[in-house]
Amino acid sequence: MTSRERQIIDQIPHLRRYARALVRDSDAADDLVQECLARAMGRLHAWQPTGTMRSWLFTILHNLYVNQLRRDGRAPDIHSDSDGVERETVPGDHDAGLAVRDITAALATLPEEQRSIILLIGLEGLTYAEAATVTDVPVGTVMSRLARGRERLREIMAFDTVTPLRRAK
Amino acid sequence: MTDSPKFSEDDLQAWVDGSIDAGKRAEIDAWLADNPDDARRLAAYAGQNTALHELFDPVLEEPVPAGLSAAVSGRAAAPVGMSSFWRIAAAIGFLAIGGLSGWFARDQWPRAGDSQIAEYAFNAHTVYVAEKRHAVEVQAAEEKHLVSWLSKRLGQDIRMPDLIGLGYRLVGGRLLPDGGRPTAQFMYENDAGGRLTVYVQRNELVKETSFRFIDHNGVSAFYWVDEHFAYVLAGTIQREGLLDAARIVHDSLAK
Repeated sequence: MTSRERQIIDQIPHLRRYARALVRDSDAADDLVQECLARAMGRLHAWQPTGTMRSWLFTILHNLYVNQLRRDGRAPDIHSDSDGVERETVPGDHDAGLAVRDITAALATLPEEQRSIILLIGLEGLTYAEAATVTDVPVGTVMSRLARGRERLREIMAFDTVTPLRRAK
Repeated sequence: MTDSPKFSEDDLQAWVDGSIDAGKRAEIDAWLADNPDDARRLAAYAGQNTALHELFDPVLEEPVPAGLSAAVSGRAAAPVGMSSFWRIAAAIGFLAIGGLSGWFARDQWPRAGDSQIAEYAFNAHTVYVAEKRHAVEVQAAEEKHLVSWLSKRLGQDIRMPDLIGLGYRLVGGRLLPDGGRPTAQFMYENDAGGRLTVYVQRNELVKETSFRFIDHNGVSAFYWVDEHFAYVLAGTIQREGLLDAARIVHDSLAK
């Protein structure tokens, strides 16, 4: 095994975690990672170590995810329905487990561009510069998506605990 | 969400992510003490990160599905062209192994003979990898002799497995009398001094193909049998590397 292959292997758990958070269904998430790894291996000879292996792999995964959303006819920048939030929330029952479930439902209502940034930074611990590379936007755009996304998430979740049967905003 | 007059929103996000220098962090901490709305807001953001970690960090602890590792290390086009034997072996190999004690308990093995061979191989590995001058009976310089000698004793023509692609070069080999049957042990070494042994005994006991990973006292081993031999590959090596080596050994010896 080459050192590059080793570096990729080391990233697999992180790619899986990110994919799981993005698509929630574990099989679909692993399919995404599988596709990502296949592409990475196909292009490994062309990889130039300008950025980190991590940001390169997350870039591939991110692009696959965005393309998949487009292919499935779900335009990535349009909010999906927040039915999930309503169904998964039981009024008056706000234990920790429920709060944790809420965040995935709430995340699903965000535009893709905000969801990806929140997960890349908040979950995967990418630097703002790495997240900018992965999503191919300037760092300033990363920062505004991060701020908007987090605030929207907060609104959804705060609103949700008060009146769970109505759509937040 | 309003930008505070004192700190930029970027600074506050960086505070949430812990990617801010200690001086500025302290200033923001002090400012937040007097600005409860912002303090609540930032605490909510930090809580989002915590919730995400609580929910998804367990994924990091899951065994990586064999198909994903194979996509990287499995000879490019796995699983196509990979025999079902190796596919299953890979799947087994990437299962997390829980408690290690009791691995040699007879009932953990498909058949009694299996555990006996694995135990012999483990002992031989442990004893001989520790040797400096007498690690092997016949040195790699006499490889041709080693091969013809052990082929004769094992009763089957063998080709010496070439593990140089994995960074392991042949040190040599020896004949062992384990269980009263002629047994070959080959030893390999990498640049870091890590040693790998290949233990091969003519298979007279076991009728079906089987395999097993063993992890014991820091030594990993892969045991398998085919119609010709029982094999045990042992070393302080990652599972993927062990499986790669096993495949090469199998292709060399089982022709």
